Amino acid sequence: MPAITHHIPDEMIVAYVSGSLPHAFSMVVASHLSYCRGCQASLGAHRAAGGALLETGEGVAVDTGLKSKVLAALDAPVVPEPVYEAKGIYPGPVIQSLKGRPPRWKTLGMGVKQDILFEDSEGSARLLFIPAGQAVPDHSHNGLELTLVLQGSFSDETGQFGVGDVEIGDENLEHTPVADAGDPCICLAATDAPLRFRAFMPRLLQPLFRI
Amino acid sequence: MVTLNLDRPPEETIVLRAIPEDNAAVPKDQSFSQLTLWLLAVRDQRDRGAFAEMFDYLAPRLKGFVIRCGARPALAEEIVQDVMLTIWRKSALFDPHRAQATAWIYQIARNRHIDIVRKESRPVPDELVEDSCAEPDASQILALEQEAEQLKHAIAQLHPDQKEMIVKAYMGDLTHQEISSQTGLPLGTVKSRIRLGLGRLRKELKGLR
Repeated sequence: MPAITHHIPDEMIVAYVSGSLPHAFSMVVASHLSYCRGCQASLGAHRAAGGALLETGEGVAVDTGLKSKVLAALDAPVVPEPVYEAKGIYPGPVIQSLKGRPPRWKTLGMGVKQDILFEDSEGSARLLFIPAGQAVPDHSHNGLELTLVLQGSFSDETGQFGVGDVEIGDENLEHTPVADAGDPCICLAATDAPLRFRAFMPRLLQPLFRI
Repeated sequence: MVTLNLDRPPEETIVLRAIPEDNAAVPKDQSFSQLTLWLLAVRDQRDRGAFAEMFDYLAPRLKGFVIRCGARPALAEEIVQDVMLTIWRKSALFDPHRAQATAWIYQIARNRHIDIVRKESRPVPDELVEDSCAEPDASQILALEQEAEQLKHAIAQLHPDQKEMIVKAYMGDLTHQEISSQTGLPLGTVKSRIRLGLGRLRKELKGLR
């Protein structure tokens, strides 16, 4: 696998670590981290910074009964949480969101498919399946968008994106990513813009008009 | 722009404190932090006495921390209880070669807080498998702990305004746009952490010759 060249910016790793990143973006960040040793090193460093703040911050006395309550609960039976690990091309955070099931692809036309994994008021995340030579649908509609490649690759005016690479786009990025030759390109894409369309015909048609 | 400058001497100076290799089978050393020793006792011996002592040390810090993260006092008590029980139940996952005790506890505290408030499990990255050498390496643990100590000193020396921004960022009180525009982040640690990884790899390659 070629080296990962497009990473998560440091401030976004801090936002992820501290929990202030919208859930949809956290899915992309956690997925990129599942491939990238360098970004995991930053993750470790930022956790350490958070830990130092926790340890050196001012304490607040807990209720007197809390300790015995906690000690009494040590032996309480616990239902183990399901652990979702990477499966096939999908990293653990994607499998977690899929709850272990395979993607449920919905056709968008021209061989392009999607599965919306998550949606709330702060953003949405979806899997995209783009056959070689087809354009990656525009899922941002002017918000911030993160697109992580899980299989194959795509290219646009800014470069080539392979497995593990993340493209970060906003309203200033004018681009037309197209899946490269070879295996279909599968991406995890997240945006914080409100969903105006659940399908993305506009950019899908762009290549046709540009021929 | 706020900056935490944590550049430090090359990793060779850290490795000087390594204990002899043949002593490294059980990674315990008096110079480990008290928190690390408690966590290892809980992890390896399910030591309730160590857990109780750790509770006394950690619980008030955790409560102060989650209140600064925005929890009301009643919720803060609930989160502290949840975090302490999570530490007990998941102690098998604590690996002092990979993360400092405080770093590990910080992430548990943030995750539990968010899971409780959002009722949605946070996405967690896959562990990347370390190089085949899985032997306990006390020098690596010490190096990580030293990094944590340096961080504490660096934070203590920050100007109050700078500290406030850093605190807000790590308590989840700033969006990523705010973080990028208002705080310079401790890139020095990131670099040192990568250097540490490279240093360890070099050492292992040397051992193979």
